[in-house]
Amino acid sequence: MAQMNMKEAIRDAMRVELKNDPNVYVFGEDVGKVGGVFRATEGLQGEFGEDRVFDTPLAESAIAGMAVGMGIQGFRPVAEIQFVGFIYEAMDQMFIQAARMRYRSGGRYNSPIVFRTPFGGGVKAAELHTDSLEGLAIQTPGIKVIVPSNPYDAKGLLVAAIRDNDPVFFMEHLNLYHAFRQEVPEEAYTVEIGKANVVREGSDVTIIAYGLMVHTAVKAAEELEKNGVKAEVIDLRTLLPLDIETIVKSIQKTNRAIVVQEAQKTSGAAAEIIAQINEHAILHLEAPVLRVAGPDTVYPFAQIEDAWLPSPARIVKAVNQVLNF
Amino acid sequence: MSKLPYEVQTEPVTPLSILSPDGEIVDEALMPELTDEQLKEIMYRMVFTRTWDERAVNLGRQGRLGFYAPVSGQEASMIGSEYALNKDDFICPGYRDMPQIVWHGLPLYQAFLYSRGHQHGGQIPEDVHVLMPQIIIGAQILHATGVAMAFKKKGEKRVAITYTGDGGSSEGDFYEGMNFAGAFKLPVIYVVQNNGYAITTPYAKQTGALSVAHKAVAAGIRGVQVDGMDVLAVIKAVQEAAERGRNGEGATLIEMLTYRFRPHSMADDTTKYRTKDEEAEWSLKDPITRFAKFLEKKGLWTDEDTARVKEEAKATVNEHIKKAEQTEKMTVSGLIDSMFEHTPAHMEAQKADFQ
Repeated sequence: MAQMNMKEAIRDAMRVELKNDPNVYVFGEDVGKVGGVFRATEGLQGEFGEDRVFDTPLAESAIAGMAVGMGIQGFRPVAEIQFVGFIYEAMDQMFIQAARMRYRSGGRYNSPIVFRTPFGGGVKAAELHTDSLEGLAIQTPGIKVIVPSNPYDAKGLLVAAIRDNDPVFFMEHLNLYHAFRQEVPEEAYTVEIGKANVVREGSDVTIIAYGLMVHTAVKAAEELEKNGVKAEVIDLRTLLPLDIETIVKSIQKTNRAIVVQEAQKTSGAAAEIIAQINEHAILHLEAPVLRVAGPDTVYPFAQIEDAWLPSPARIVKAVNQVLNF
Repeated sequence: MSKLPYEVQTEPVTPLSILSPDGEIVDEALMPELTDEQLKEIMYRMVFTRTWDERAVNLGRQGRLGFYAPVSGQEASMIGSEYALNKDDFICPGYRDMPQIVWHGLPLYQAFLYSRGHQHGGQIPEDVHVLMPQIIIGAQILHATGVAMAFKKKGEKRVAITYTGDGGSSEGDFYEGMNFAGAFKLPVIYVVQNNGYAITTPYAKQTGALSVAHKAVAAGIRGVQVDGMDVLAVIKAVQEAAERGRNGEGATLIEMLTYRFRPHSMADDTTKYRTKDEEAEWSLKDPITRFAKFLEKKGLWTDEDTARVKEEAKATVNEHIKKAEQTEKMTVSGLIDSMFEHTPAHMEAQKADFQ
């Protein structure tokens, strides 16, 4: 086992799959020689050659659309969209063309594609580099959405995504790339897509989160512990399909829940999660499920990020509200 | 005034033409190599397609077909360009390009099913190398680019071909696709069937470029313009482009100057944006009439042949529309199961509402 940060684990997932499967191709803007602007693909071109790992011209729609064309010819493209805001340029190809290939062809063709993109706030990056656009993806039929929170999961989920025969939107939080290291097996392994992980057990309240917010939620849980409140923290890992079973099981125990997301509050992943809790666990609830989220504004890059992003203090406040309801 | 040294030089282009409107060969040296049987087969397909088009328009009016984009007038560019391909070349069509994928092997009843929104329409047989028509204008251009990338990486001597119209040549995906093909030297053919109108917007309002074919210059690929009412010129241009693609010489943009005799779709009214004079002028260039004159002079075709093919086409269309109508209807739970390889639990649960 090696110690890896999340970026290295992501790179390792691509490395093991490039090795395992000759149909895997990695491409995007600047991913070749230098290994991407965040170096997530560093060394891969050197190891596997320019045929398998290559730079493309700067055009996100064409990167995604080329992946669709390669996908119907039996390849497994891993296409990097350099920054999350650039997916707007590629939305037709990602969310329409790739996502409905199976439907349009009655299963004759499919899109075994991973669209990787860095996202997430708190790193003082440029405008439209750090937005949380997972809500757009989860409302799209035909594409899976994965947001890992740690190196071990990131590698296992990315390997699973590359092997998946349907398109996957794989969102990598910028603030987690170098945040910490973990033991990560050097061989290929998978973490099942659609299975959440209880990262901290508790009996008083369930905090549901994904990506960086899992760590913010754990910090809040540690604060709460000081006052004798035992919070259970669920790391969703996958937003679509959503592991509602794990959520319901936890709520049956805690009877209270909040959902934390970095994205704007209205109509996002949290809203969907609460709707499903309503459908599956309403009789187990003793308080409304609250959301801790960004306000419905444009993401304020660099300037007031820390004030805008959900903090442990805001989570503690929301937990106290549901406890005192 | 002469151009400055640091100014990009371009000249107007003259379309490739092999047959004059009265069916005379303009330039014997340009004639593609085709046997008499092949010439007759091309004629057969064009007459068949026009009859199918007439029937489809009527079926649309009767509510027996869904969205249908008429093709009359564009038979040379459609039939000729497909005829110039190999069976294992791959077609990424635009919404009007049903004839190309049917002649490439898609059973006609599946084309009808697609129009009726039935998923079986898109279940392309294993040995037929096409996608279903694309609705988002230009999106298919990038798929063809990706398919060509796959052929190149696999070292296969195959080409991808994709179609759009003069309107589609204004889309970002059109430029992005050609630029990728130029950068990677891909075996792909971009066909623009310039029929003069993007629904109602005339070509003059579509671009300031000297021609659509000139747009290839910026992408570093070959650009040619063809008389799209001349099936032999179309075949010649596509054969050349395919040959170049197979030889590793890269992509070609082919602008085919053509005209749709009918409206854009069943919901369109051409009298609002086209003049009778213009329509009459183009009808003199009818690709079927022109090719018939050529074949008649060679003693290869008669009016009786045309009548026979029309009857055959009508019978075939009837048979296939019946087959489409008799195909079992889709179900919502079948639809749910068609979204992912393995239906996720939350979608499995959604089936309950439809049982």
